[in-house]
Amino acid sequence: MNNFSYTQASSAKEATASRAGTAQSAYIAGGTTLLDLMKANLEEHAQLVDINLLPFKGIEQTADGLRIGAMERMSDVGEHPLVVQNYPAVSESLLLAASPQLRNMASIGGNMLQRTRCGYFRDAAFPCNKRVPGSGCPAIAGDNHNLAILGVSDACIATAYPGDLAVALAAFDAVLTLENAKGKQRRVPVTEFYVLPGRTPQRETVLEPGELIVAVTIPNTAHARRSTYLKVRERTSYAYALASAAVGLDVQGGTIRSARVALGGVGTKPWRSPEAEKVLTGAPATEATFRAAAAAALRGAQPHDDNRYKVELAQNTLVQALLAVSS
Amino acid sequence: MDTEPKFFETNPTAGVVGKPLNRVDGRDKVMGRAKYAAEYNNLPGLAHAVIKTSDVAKGRITGFDTTAAMKQPGVLAILTYQNIPKLAKTPNDADGKKAIGAPMGYLPLTDDQIHYAGQPVAVVVADTLERAQYAAALLKVQVAADKPIASYEDPKAQLFDPEKIQDGKADGHVKRGDAQAAFAAAPVQLTHKYTHAINHHSPMEPGATTAHWEAPDRLTIYESTQGVTRTQKSVSTMLGLSAEQVRVVTKYLGGGFGCKGSAWPHTILTVQAAKAVGRPVKLALTRPQMFTGMGHREDQTQTLRLGATKDGKLTALIHEKTSTTSPWDNYAESNSKIINMLYECPTFEASYQLARANVMTSTFTRAPGEAPGSFAIESSMDDLAYQLGIDPIEIRLRNYAEKDPTNGHPWSSKSLKQCYARGAELFGWSKRNPKNGATRDGRLLVGWGMATASYPVHNSQGTARARLYADGHAVVQSGATDLGTGTYTVMTQVACDALGLPMDKVRFELGDTKLPTAPNSGGSVAAGTVSSSVYMAVQDLWQKLIKVAVLDKKSPLYRAKIADVEAKAGRLQLKSDPKKGEGFADLMKRADMSDVEGNGQGRYGSGYEDAQAAANADQSKKDEAAHHSMHSFGAHFCEVKVDPDLGTVRVTRWVSVHGAGRILNAKTARSQIIGGSIFGIGAALMEGTVRDQHFSRYTNASLADYHIPVNADIPEMTVEFIDEHDPHINAMGVKGIGEISMVGVSAAVANAVFHATGKRVRELPLTPEKILGAKAV
Repeated sequence: MNNFSYTQASSAKEATASRAGTAQSAYIAGGTTLLDLMKANLEEHAQLVDINLLPFKGIEQTADGLRIGAMERMSDVGEHPLVVQNYPAVSESLLLAASPQLRNMASIGGNMLQRTRCGYFRDAAFPCNKRVPGSGCPAIAGDNHNLAILGVSDACIATAYPGDLAVALAAFDAVLTLENAKGKQRRVPVTEFYVLPGRTPQRETVLEPGELIVAVTIPNTAHARRSTYLKVRERTSYAYALASAAVGLDVQGGTIRSARVALGGVGTKPWRSPEAEKVLTGAPATEATFRAAAAAALRGAQPHDDNRYKVELAQNTLVQALLAVSS
Repeated sequence: MDTEPKFFETNPTAGVVGKPLNRVDGRDKVMGRAKYAAEYNNLPGLAHAVIKTSDVAKGRITGFDTTAAMKQPGVLAILTYQNIPKLAKTPNDADGKKAIGAPMGYLPLTDDQIHYAGQPVAVVVADTLERAQYAAALLKVQVAADKPIASYEDPKAQLFDPEKIQDGKADGHVKRGDAQAAFAAAPVQLTHKYTHAINHHSPMEPGATTAHWEAPDRLTIYESTQGVTRTQKSVSTMLGLSAEQVRVVTKYLGGGFGCKGSAWPHTILTVQAAKAVGRPVKLALTRPQMFTGMGHREDQTQTLRLGATKDGKLTALIHEKTSTTSPWDNYAESNSKIINMLYECPTFEASYQLARANVMTSTFTRAPGEAPGSFAIESSMDDLAYQLGIDPIEIRLRNYAEKDPTNGHPWSSKSLKQCYARGAELFGWSKRNPKNGATRDGRLLVGWGMATASYPVHNSQGTARARLYADGHAVVQSGATDLGTGTYTVMTQVACDALGLPMDKVRFELGDTKLPTAPNSGGSVAAGTVSSSVYMAVQDLWQKLIKVAVLDKKSPLYRAKIADVEAKAGRLQLKSDPKKGEGFADLMKRADMSDVEGNGQGRYGSGYEDAQAAANADQSKKDEAAHHSMHSFGAHFCEVKVDPDLGTVRVTRWVSVHGAGRILNAKTARSQIIGGSIFGIGAALMEGTVRDQHFSRYTNASLADYHIPVNADIPEMTVEFIDEHDPHINAMGVKGIGEISMVGVSAAVANAVFHATGKRVRELPLTPEKILGAKAV
């Protein structure tokens, strides 16, 4: 880890201003991702700006839905009655992630900015286009058993966001509120926050340098109330998903009125599947429908040698999740 | 010479021995008072060292750019092969390797060659850890890289047949009868391939050394090792010092599992660094460095051919193993040993193939050979049972070895039948549906599997010292290691019973080369060897007091024959008339003795039996005493629930029953069996280090990505021991339980998965992708 300076900011303005003079600067909240990256010399920052005192707090109902401050902790949000009641998939995605200790530290904003568990990214001795643009992607011909099969490019096949929460947020049309150095706020849907790797896998989100995540708002919907998050991994706890599914259904009289589907662990970003939703909407809530939806979701899959199993696993995960919410 | 006293005879009813007592060191551990190797922070001028490792797996160092690193404040030295203090001997030649007892035949920082990724190329020393770490990151190493070979599966790898494996300790070829002909003639023939992923020991405490040169010819090292004596020998040999000039201290160890069984490069590099900077130096491996710094269980494929009659009697076993070794060593776990001895089978053949690759040497990993070997034989036995429609326990009973099949010797003791019976009863095995894939719990498939376990009683010996004070306190010492499993506690218990004192009056000390020499804590030998040493040391002390008593006019034992006097519960008395005697305290006070000290040698295994036989005055019993085969035996029973759509396997019930001689502490023993079984469940379901085949470098060298079980993976576990009285193995009748607990575990899990799903997976670990990908039989 390099030497760095540390500043604590008490307002957004102060936070963005303290970064102004320093090119290599980062915000630190819970630090559960950032410190790992810095200790492994994968990221070097000359300055850390502590944003834990920022007033981005609160979990409250608004006209647009449930608004969660970016500085709320994963455990507090996952256990919050409004989240448990109206957004079961969001609650489950939080409580199935990481460990209790990490959930107590990690902020919601920081969670959005987790970085891939791709072994080639995590070890600076390997080439990696995400870390060193143009150096190559050894994962494509190497160990890719836990990497993506959707949204991949010739430059990168990493699941850039390896976590769970953003998958559930992508499914339920959540919107991030961002604030830049000028104090200007903008709203970006989670589905548009992450970008595909293409030829520039080093760019993972639309967040501008210095921009802060202020809050996330999740619309209050029937399909969000009837939702679940299913996470598959060989270890029962404290592991990233091999495949996961965040699904919500509004079923009336056996017919699906609206559906939301997003997959984790299989896409280069949290993978919302309009293809699956299209199959589901208006169809009977049966296993046959769910199978067809799962096939549609994975139609564009481009697996590699070690991760072929994810095509079947992701479909089965999606079907099981849909069966769980429809029963 | 008389035959040695036995605990069975002097203490026919054990006092605290065997009791489920809490750890005597438990409080110090939870209070943070127990000092581990990297916690001797008060040494004067202690400096911190960090190892810089190689990114590439093969190549030549062409230069170092130390400019930026040396400019950092606090940096004391950057040591490379060009400037590190020279050693008297290195393991880089066969003689040196043998003299040092090194696990690997190459010591880094001796030349410009790079043989494996993660190889140390420099040691950076600074006044704080953070400064050393940052300077190491700034140090640039210029390398001319070559294309490495990654494993035996590499198309360019050259396979060869080694004459010897496992550091020359085991044969590369083993033959008993004509197995090829017997297999060809067998009415039932099974041929199956089994693969085992690379496993890493991953102890909680990493490898760590604190080296302190107290004088130019006097070194003390605080070391994370399973054996202070072996480390003393390795380090002193490399330095050209007498063993007496090197002191090694290991008061507490945070797990070892084999990776701390020998001195690895970081130990001597720390010693050299301390010499170079003239200050005590501390070095702890990072977690990623633990994946390339202290060995591993090698990647391997086994092919097992099994021939049998139609009623399930084995006629032939043919075992072949192919595995990866380093550029210099012929290391392979000897998987065939357990396959050769586990069942009655008239013919056997085994061979090993190795390929040299750019990896560091693999090493003993808990139950080395027995663990993966049992996966092969116990999976195949399950196949045989299924194919012939015979219950898995019944097939094993039909092939029960009443004598050691490898040499025809009788067993010193064997309670395997009782283990099967008791395990089956505890598990409810009789309710098992013999059909595969026929039991469900909702969506989940339920399967029951079992497997046999066995582990040998290796030959070993050690020493101990016991000092009894007239006031009724005692201190007992042996240079043994407590891996965290309870050595402090069980040895205190043994000393208490031998001395007739309560637990709070006896202190046991270990982990220091200043203490009487003990063997490495490895190969499950520590409990039996050290407990026997302790027991013998106390017997020696009693003999000294008896000699005083019979010469003391005021003693009730005056003029008694020494052989007629015994020590019972702290009292010296006549064997024929126990009322005639006195307590040690009275005698010692009268004789003005503040204390009395005894020394003992404990023998364990065949050495014990040979010595007993040689000393036995009754020649008619000599043959009876000698030449027993000595093993622990046990059985594991496992229930799994498998999600047929997601391929996930969860262990939901576990029963282990073992016959392992005398159990010294029911509580710590149970914990050790649970720990070993969890170790095995990890290997069965999730553990596997992945080596990139182009770079020959690991892609998951962290505990976030190399998964070991968490609490949520482990159900309530039932552990029992069969009461076993074995007079042939040592004075205490202890076999040791460090490793048997994980032998057969992966097979029990795989057999349960087969029963649940009808899918036989022979590649460890059994991850969801393999379960989904497998076809039901």
